[in-house]
Amino acid sequence: MGYLELQNLHRDFGTVKALNGINISLGEGEFLSLLGPSGCGKTTALRLVAGFDRPNQGRIIVDGKDVTAVAPNKRDMGMVFQAYSLFPNMTARQNVEFGLKIRGKSKGDRAKPVDELLELVGLSHAVDRYPHQLSGGMQQRVALARALAIQPRVLLLDEPLSALDAKVRVQLREEIRRIQLELGITTLYVTHDQEEALAVSDHVAVMYGGVIEQMGTPSEMYTAPATPFVAEFIGTMNRLDATVVDGGTGEVEHAGMRLRVDAAQGRRNGERVLVLIRPESLELEAATNGGAPNSFVGEVLTQTFLGPVTRVKVTGSGTNLIADMSTARAAALPVGARVSAKIPSEGAKLISLPDDGPGLPVLDPDDH
Amino acid sequence: MTLSAVIWLLLGAAYFIIPLFATLLISLKSTQTGKCCTAHNYGWVLHNGDFWHTLRLSALLAVETIVISLALFVPTIYLIHLKLPRLRPVIAFLALVPFIVPPIVMVVGLLRTFKGTPDWFYQKPYGFLAASYVILAFPYMFFSLDAGFRSIDVHTLTEASQSLGAKWPTTLFRVILPNIRSAALAASFLTLAIVMGEFTIANLAAFHTFPIFIQFVSESQGFPAGALTLMSFGITWAAMLSLLLVGRKRGARGAVIAGAR
Repeated sequence: MGYLELQNLHRDFGTVKALNGINISLGEGEFLSLLGPSGCGKTTALRLVAGFDRPNQGRIIVDGKDVTAVAPNKRDMGMVFQAYSLFPNMTARQNVEFGLKIRGKSKGDRAKPVDELLELVGLSHAVDRYPHQLSGGMQQRVALARALAIQPRVLLLDEPLSALDAKVRVQLREEIRRIQLELGITTLYVTHDQEEALAVSDHVAVMYGGVIEQMGTPSEMYTAPATPFVAEFIGTMNRLDATVVDGGTGEVEHAGMRLRVDAAQGRRNGERVLVLIRPESLELEAATNGGAPNSFVGEVLTQTFLGPVTRVKVTGSGTNLIADMSTARAAALPVGARVSAKIPSEGAKLISLPDDGPGLPVLDPDDH
Repeated sequence: MTLSAVIWLLLGAAYFIIPLFATLLISLKSTQTGKCCTAHNYGWVLHNGDFWHTLRLSALLAVETIVISLALFVPTIYLIHLKLPRLRPVIAFLALVPFIVPPIVMVVGLLRTFKGTPDWFYQKPYGFLAASYVILAFPYMFFSLDAGFRSIDVHTLTEASQSLGAKWPTTLFRVILPNIRSAALAASFLTLAIVMGEFTIANLAAFHTFPIFIQFVSESQGFPAGALTLMSFGITWAAMLSLLLVGRKRGARGAVIAGAR
């Protein structure tokens, strides 16, 4: 049994099912990110754990005890909010020691942990400043110290970095992870930023429509997405709607073109599948007559400079593909050039699609 | 500052200053000779027992009204913002009723409504009159406090406080109330001014409050009435200033400490 267990949690708001039976088991000291688009239910799940809301069905277990009906002020959950939540009438120090005061700790007993926590978040120099005298990043650091001061059983973070600028966001997420590892505190982190989730978590749970689509390590989520939604949501992915034509050799057909994909071996002939190829797995070169085997021939539509790599969008025969390649090599393939994109037979992943279903949502592969 | 702005400023200042100055001149005239200048009228007021009695009564009524109103409306408006936002327009409409209903109609209604209540309530200013003043102060209290609650993130502050272990009273008194202090002060100022100047209800309900005393003196003593008017003006402003100083003391001290570092 995990340290934090969410068992079959349901939460309805009228006719909307915000959570439709989610199950999570998290070990002590682990860091789990709930990742998903707006309205997927991730914040609802976090609020249920915090006790600000009650589930229609299901249980929340912390360290073997059912806390589903326990009031939020008795749960010992430290929470950092998306909005700046520091008490405006209190200094940074007073904010951090608020929880300890509530617990009846004397001034002497409060001073040491408060000083240590403010030092841990790098704010020893700003202890007597009021929230309006602190930057957004500093405010969230104080909020983190305040949440940690009560030595919570679980640390809950509800998109704590979303209001910050990009540089501070990266800096602070690394600090959150460092502090979490240092204190060994079980953490539930809500974000819609997949890069953030992959960078700091032990586990990631991708949510959509009130259910968990897939849960695994960041590496598993990136390399082996289990559903079309996860494939679309985690990183950038080329997706080809195809049909298995020879399960023995692993041949699939997409838009009248035959491709060899190792993962298709053993599949039933006629099965509808989604072929997933990461942009960095595609090999792009100037097209010679007819193109190379297992290749897709098209024209360079756009080039997007991303620093060391350039993202090249190729189009042709009604199919769009994107490839990431070194900026130096991309210079040889200007917009309008005819190119051949080699599909790696061993690197592509496959997801089964329902035979009579609508298939995948038609989205631009780099539309994130 | 442009010339037109200066002219408008002077006109505005004159609008307020000229009546006060005229009142001052009248208050300095001798009751016997009708000539300037003597402080005798101020002495007459200060040595009048009714002045101190009615002033004390109105001041205590103001304090009672402020305390009851804050105790009643702060938790109510907090609850509305936190849990019942759909009720806000209803309460806002109800808050307009004391503006819409003429005071004379209201006092008749109040007298009829409370008729039959115990004497300690109906016959005493601290009962009936204070209850009426709470109703009269309702719109000022509601709209000031509502603006205060709207200026803070009530949900997040409440949840942050709860997650740290605080119960409802702790959250209200240590987190919410200090952050709506300005709004509560503004509401208290307005209530103080209303109670110190309210005439209709007190007169029709036959209570002898400070405004009734002013009216009585105005009818019977011309020059002392000027002195009394100026003094009541000064007393009300002094009361408001002391409320402001008491209310802002903690915030100001905090800001100074923070600024010094």
